[in-house]
Amino acid sequence: MYPRPFEYVRAGSVEEALDLKSKTGGRFIAGGHSLLPMMKIRVTSPETLVDIGRLDDLRGISANGGFTIGALTTHSMVASEGGNGFPAALKEAAGMIGDPQVRNRGTVGGNVAHADPASDLPTVFAALGATMTATSKGGTRDIGAADFFTGLFESALNDDELLTAIEVGSEGGGRGSAYAKLFNPASRYAVAGACAVVDLDGDGTCTSCTVAVGGLTPKATVLGSLASAVVGSRITEATAEAAGQAARAEVGDDVMGDVYAGVEYRRDMLGVFVARALTAAASRAV
Amino acid sequence: MKVSMTVNGREVTGTVEPRTLLVDFVRNNLGLTGTNVGCDTSQCGACTVHMDGMAVKSCTVLAVQADGSTVTTIEGLASDGQLHPMQQAFWDAHGLQCGFCTPGMVMASVKLADGNPAITDAEVRHGLEGNFCRCTGYGNIVEAVKQGAAAMVGGES
Repeated sequence: MYPRPFEYVRAGSVEEALDLKSKTGGRFIAGGHSLLPMMKIRVTSPETLVDIGRLDDLRGISANGGFTIGALTTHSMVASEGGNGFPAALKEAAGMIGDPQVRNRGTVGGNVAHADPASDLPTVFAALGATMTATSKGGTRDIGAADFFTGLFESALNDDELLTAIEVGSEGGGRGSAYAKLFNPASRYAVAGACAVVDLDGDGTCTSCTVAVGGLTPKATVLGSLASAVVGSRITEATAEAAGQAARAEVGDDVMGDVYAGVEYRRDMLGVFVARALTAAASRAV
Repeated sequence: MKVSMTVNGREVTGTVEPRTLLVDFVRNNLGLTGTNVGCDTSQCGACTVHMDGMAVKSCTVLAVQADGSTVTTIEGLASDGQLHPMQQAFWDAHGLQCGFCTPGMVMASVKLADGNPAITDAEVRHGLEGNFCRCTGYGNIVEAVKQGAAAMVGGES
């Protein structure tokens, strides 16, 4: 189906994009792989699209101790980024989004700004403690991932701001991460997704652990209760299972179900995928 | 709005509404109806074309976003009356039944197989996650892609 009619303007710079947005009250479009499907089924119908897809300065990943991911970096680019301490969970999750064609067009910034609870990257960025850079005419503002995702399709971005980059730390030195999800077989969106970031000491004892979940919760959510189930122990099958149980308990009733996967099923599966993510993260923490 | 792009090696221009999808520009403005539309949800892959060297779903790209780009559709794969090796392999291995998904399957497979002549069953099945076939059960498609991948060596992708 066609989207409803709209005006289309193309920005040649971040400054122009911000200008066009404030003049038109429109919405930014990058790859359009979250926005266009919603426009086609007319769930949303912006009056103006401000195309930022050609702002090439925002495309690419640079290493600077950690990594700065330009907002227009595609999922394909992230999925093929390797080694040098790039977070394994992020590479892994990007490679699980949609399908190759979707990953070729969909952008990290668009995905995150869209704040779809069933999406994968918000969960990963929450667990990694990423920092989002929002640019407005007044300058830039850093927003921690935990504060960035505020609700169902809602982020902390203001109307006059453009998400321009996302920063994540590097891995190695005993830190590892992993993402695991149960996906809807048609859309490949997460039915339940979990990202684990762990630090292990020389003996393999876990010294810190952050787990974020998504897919079934209204927004990407860091689960605070898991650390106590894991920190101070080795990550064995038993600890991973205990963490899975803790995850089920913590999300409680804050779970969305649908006709394909009900609340109880999703909560059960969450435990399984938290355990898988933790085990994989521990195996990478070298 | 005016758009211009290179489609199957030919410079084309057209006037479109901003909401015109690339697939509709290709089908309706250019008359290249090999590229199909099988869903409304960016899932089925029947509309797969190559845009600036990458496989994309042309139902999820606006024609205005593709302005200035280089596009190849299924009609642009064969050259000098000779089927592309991947098209030939789909023929030889009977990687189709009704044929509706086939243009998208072939376009996705050409990129999937590029530089991987010994592609495995698992790689093909994983790599074609964005293309749905409702007839074949995929067995012959996987076989076709493997044959096509082997035949593409040294040829153009």
